[in-house]
Amino acid sequence: MEALVDISRLQFAFTALIHFLFVPLTLGLSLILVVMESLYVKTGQQIYKDMTKFWGKLFAINFAMGVVTGLTMEFQFGTNWAYYSHYVGDIFGVPLAIEGMMAFFLESTFIGLFFFGWDKLSKRKHLMVTVLVALGSNLSALWILIANGWMQHPVGTVFNPETMRMELDSFSALLFNPVAQVKFLHTLSAGYLTGAAFVLAISAWYLLKGRDIEFAKRSFAVAAAVGSVVSVTVIMLGDESGYHVAEFQPEKMAAIEAIWETEEAPAPLTLAGVIDENAGETHMKIEIPYVLGLIATRSLDKEVAGIKNLVEINEQRVRSGLQAYKYLAVMRDKEATEAERAIFIEHVNDLGYALLLKKYVKNPMQASEENIQQAARDTIPKVAPMFWTFRVMVAVGSALALLMFYSLFTVMRGTAWNKRWLMRAAFWAIPLPFIGVEVGWFVAEFGRQPWTVYGMLPTHLSTSSLQASDVMGSLIAFVLMYSTLFSVELFLMFKYARLGPSALHTGRYHFETGAVNHA
Amino acid sequence: MLDYESLRLIWWILVAVLLVGYAIMDGFDLGVGTLLPFVAKTDIERRVLINAIGPTWDGNQVWLVLGAGAIFAAWPAIYATAFSGMYVAMLVVLFALFLRPVGFDYRSKIESPIWRTTWDYALFLGGMVPAVVIGVAYGNFLQGVPFHFDETFRSFYTGGFIDLLNPFALLAGFVSLSMLVMHGATFLLIKTEGVIQFRALKASRIAALTTIVLFSVAGFWIANGIEGFRIVSVIDYQAPSTPFAKEVIMEVGAWMNNFHQHPWMWIAPLLGIAGAVIVLLLGHKKPGFSWIASGASVTGIAGTAGLAMFPFILPSSTHPSQSLLMWDATSSQHTLWLMLIAAAIFMPIILAYTAWVFRVLRGKVTEEQIRDNEHTAY
Ligand code: HDD
Ligand code: HEM
Ligand code: HEM
Repeated sequence: MEALVDISRLQFAFTALIHFLFVPLTLGLSLILVVMESLYVKTGQQIYKDMTKFWGKLFAINFAMGVVTGLTMEFQFGTNWAYYSHYVGDIFGVPLAIEGMMAFFLESTFIGLFFFGWDKLSKRKHLMVTVLVALGSNLSALWILIANGWMQHPVGTVFNPETMRMELDSFSALLFNPVAQVKFLHTLSAGYLTGAAFVLAISAWYLLKGRDIEFAKRSFAVAAAVGSVVSVTVIMLGDESGYHVAEFQPEKMAAIEAIWETEEAPAPLTLAGVIDENAGETHMKIEIPYVLGLIATRSLDKEVAGIKNLVEINEQRVRSGLQAYKYLAVMRDKEATEAERAIFIEHVNDLGYALLLKKYVKNPMQASEENIQQAARDTIPKVAPMFWTFRVMVAVGSALALLMFYSLFTVMRGTAWNKRWLMRAAFWAIPLPFIGVEVGWFVAEFGRQPWTVYGMLPTHLSTSSLQASDVMGSLIAFVLMYSTLFSVELFLMFKYARLGPSALHTGRYHFETGAVNHA
Repeated sequence: MLDYESLRLIWWILVAVLLVGYAIMDGFDLGVGTLLPFVAKTDIERRVLINAIGPTWDGNQVWLVLGAGAIFAAWPAIYATAFSGMYVAMLVVLFALFLRPVGFDYRSKIESPIWRTTWDYALFLGGMVPAVVIGVAYGNFLQGVPFHFDETFRSFYTGGFIDLLNPFALLAGFVSLSMLVMHGATFLLIKTEGVIQFRALKASRIAALTTIVLFSVAGFWIANGIEGFRIVSVIDYQAPSTPFAKEVIMEVGAWMNNFHQHPWMWIAPLLGIAGAVIVLLLGHKKPGFSWIASGASVTGIAGTAGLAMFPFILPSSTHPSQSLLMWDATSSQHTLWLMLIAAAIFMPIILAYTAWVFRVLRGKVTEEQIRDNEHTAY
């Protein structure tokens, strides 16, 4: 049972993290393609068309892998998280299906025309196609993040004892879930930043090699401009995400910031330290006074809840959940009295906390005191991984913002091109956004543990009734298949990035003009 | 808001439309993939085939993605039970589908013959395997699959992967393969010329004939050999979804009951056969018409299976009374209603722009075009 849950989680984490290597680049590049092609339509200069086509080729190579890995995601809830799918499909399926209708169709139908429509469409119509592809990928992000935002902060939902599942109560609550909105904007900005950093890095490489200078300079400039804007939004919305986490998922916040005890307001921010999970304290802390209180509560007088405090609160919720659990059976045989109904309804929001006990006892009603305390302790995600991955994300964000601003500043002054160190820095920054998005998801998802649906459905109940060995087999198959395809993808990506715009075979670029402009 | 019963019926129709939409729209891509090594011999011929479907296959595949999404939203219990129960089969389909996005996009980006031949076989598998496995899965649905629920509505599947490969299911797999190959071949009649078109014509005839024969055999088997399912208790069409509120028995020939009670349903199998006959007779004269005919045949064949089983979606062979019906495995009324509104808004838009894209891309794909666009064509 435990092994099944762990392997299922591992498989989900692996496939989702791999999917999310390609998604942000799709999001970011599609925006940049729109910018470049708009410049082409506006100015009529061939070079912008070549830019659109060349970065479009890299986009295509990446997109194919996005589709491959995305397919897995669409099926995986059913194959590996069957109980989850039954329990929340009534709500969760909605954004997923709307995503298909509104986003995937748009993106996937027009992507063919983007590549094959250059000669068949007028300039403006082609630009419209590009815009629709970008719109599709953005809408896809919107709906999937509404789905994920609901898992983080399940609003607009009621539990139905007759069907033993959560059901949709308010679509508008689902749609305007504050967590989902911030998540969407933060993730979208992160995707744009990824695209910008990618174009910046590869353009910088051409400049270092002295190849296709004009082409590279303009690409670099577009990337620096886009990147500067979005690096600000990434950070602003990251801060906003933190605020929402503090409000709706205090356990996650406590783990991110390693707050063991509730501190007097305004709480200090711990920059770094040595985390001692067992003792429940952080040694050798480097602290900045006031800052955490400001970030997490936007005030100087509200407290930030600490882990020990949260465990006590959640212990009460487990006990309250047991009340709901007790009357669940009564509710289901339709003969429940008004009084029984009232007790159930009073406690039903804590039902999920009683389900946490199923990890230890088959019937939560028979849980011992110790089980209850253990379940309460389980509501806190592991601190050290949360603490450090979050700091990596923030470091990445700060570094990229600096890089983008400095690049844009020097581009505007015309001095960027002489700074070889800046080009090197831009080139070597290429892994940063990818690290940022991966650790970002780790923070969000690992920090949601022990829940799949926060406060409602524990992860250990969410799996399918499969053998651990089946899932082990599929996990190995995924690792092998994805590694193979990913290697092929990287091989092509490198090949075409090295070729540069010469890959377009227009006769105008480096490898076709006999390297006349080689520095 | 519509009443629960109507919404449930509408969603049965909508899911059927999506799945048939997948069979029609991506079905020919799967068929062309399967035909790749047989109809096209040289590199340039293969590129003609690949480019005939290259710009549109991705949009077509979304019918499947949306089909899965719609089943999740409208029939969560089916999504959960069928996908996890048929774990290995689902993954086989998935892994085969992986080969297509990369296959189309990467194949012609490198000149090496080994590279290209490898991707050709990948594309062949990516077309053939899903076509067969989806048919096999359906063949199993028709016989019922071994699953049951516990009191928390958790589903347990008690069969193994090998059990899925029984004779009837394999037959269904071949029906599916031959009909999609027919559909792919008729698409090539429209999109290609010369020797490729000639080979596609031959393929379309063989496939049409095979489809007619295998589909008829399957029909006979269902009427006389396969145990179907029949509800023997009264169903409350408005009741909350639970799999525990009915009684079901299994008996040979039960899948014919709907056809006996509603003779209009015979349209479906007739369409299945008639479409294939038209392909057989008219393929060389009217390519466009025969593609429509093969589409009709695909619709008829899929429709026959769906109507035979109505209102069953996923029958249980070990606990027939826990079978999942389109009456008792749905989402809440609210969700069905909401999704209906979304579908009513978006499906017409999708159909409109898909038609526009196909129009822009109309016309034959020729070897000459490929040579002229050596570096941009797939
Ligand atoms: C380039 C990528 C990138 C960068 C530089 C940042 N983030 Fe981020 N972050 C993401 C990419 C990301 C993400 C991948 O988009 C996540 C994962 C889940 C989500 O909603 O967005 C995320 C999640 C995420 C969460 C968790 C939300 C949740 O648990 O639901 C917080 C609190 C922050 N971010 C905060 C920040 C802050 C304060 C940053 C300041 C520099 C920052 N992020 C930079
Ligand atoms: C593509 C970006 C995403 C990444 C990189 C990601 C990453 C992860 C990771 C690392 C885990 C494992 C957490 C753990 O077991 O400790 C996980 C679990 C999970 N995530 Fe995500 N996630 C992503 C998006 C989503 C979205 C959008 C959804 C829902 C729509 C989702 C649903 C789930 C589910 C169902 C699990 C399994 C149960 C669990 O372990 O909580 N994920 N994800
Ligand atoms: C974990 C839940 C997720 C599921 C079920 C999922 C599903 C899918 C599917 C089925 C596709 C292929 C669509 C096609 O055929 O064109 C896809 C691609 C895509 N997904 Fe995901 N996805 C998930 C996570 C995410 C997240 C978190 C985002 C964005 C923030 C995202 C954005 C995209 C985009 C932009 C594409 C387009 C192709 C590409 O990735 O290059 N997905 N996804």
